[in-house]
Amino acid sequence: MNPLRNTLRLAAMYAIAAACLAHSFSAHADGGKRVPDHPAWKQECGSCHVAYPPRLLSADSWRAVMAGLDRHFGADASLEPAARDDILAFLERNAGRRDTSAGGRPLLRVTQTRWFVKEHRDEVPAEVLRRPDVKSFANCGACHSGADRGVYAERDIRIPGGRPR
Amino acid sequence: MRIPPFVLAAFALAAVLPTVAATPAQFLDAFAREARQADTAFAASAARGRAFFSASHGGEWSCASCHTEKPGTPGRHAATGKAISPLAPAANPDRFTSAGKVEKWFRRNCNDVAGRACTAGEKADVLAWLLAAK
Repeated sequence: MNPLRNTLRLAAMYAIAAACLAHSFSAHADGGKRVPDHPAWKQECGSCHVAYPPRLLSADSWRAVMAGLDRHFGADASLEPAARDDILAFLERNAGRRDTSAGGRPLLRVTQTRWFVKEHRDEVPAEVLRRPDVKSFANCGACHSGADRGVYAERDIRIPGGRPR
Repeated sequence: MRIPPFVLAAFALAAVLPTVAATPAQFLDAFAREARQADTAFAASAARGRAFFSASHGGEWSCASCHTEKPGTPGRHAATGKAISPLAPAANPDRFTSAGKVEKWFRRNCNDVAGRACTAGEKADVLAWLLAAK
């Protein structure tokens, strides 16, 4: 066999392997990363919905969320000041570095961030959201079977009723 | 020997806990006692508690919107859909055993359902109904 062709083939294989590796790392940047543990955060933020991973919002957004807990998306989620400050400090330490603001104001909803919209817009059409076991984008655990453990990897996604066609 | 701070903290917590932890019956007694300060004839009523629990109080939600009419069974958060473990102590022995949690959830949920704090009498009635529920 032509040695040049062999070298080229080897180079191509390396390139493909490198691309796969890079892709799996970027996928893990959001999907596979473990959520750092903080019992008070998990307990308090996980009472009414999954405790959303801190990296999904910027520190600015978390400060805004935690400043309005007495009117938290239509419900009173108020905390004692000491617990609130402790959890906010954890959220700030682990917040995402992406800007999650719109029109100069920090977004409060994870589901409105550019990253979330991009990840879910095509994969989760309205029909899937209407399914009784899904109901809301706030219901992470409906499809992300590891959500309660902070695992959002692609391979752990189970859409109730199956993937849309 | 130096004692690590977290060990000291654990001892401090253990010393405080017995005064914070309680039983559902103790909470019922405490709310009823408080209600009698305003109305000396007050006696907790499971029937009144049930009615309060099922009624909407001018807002969108009732207690039963999330906890269901049968508090011995699991509920579901009306907005997020998250599962809620049963509220009746007979079905869930963790309920009404922590003063901090009792205070926090009555504060939040009364505000959500009634748009105000619940009275001690209302809390005593609801607790009487929950203690009777299987």
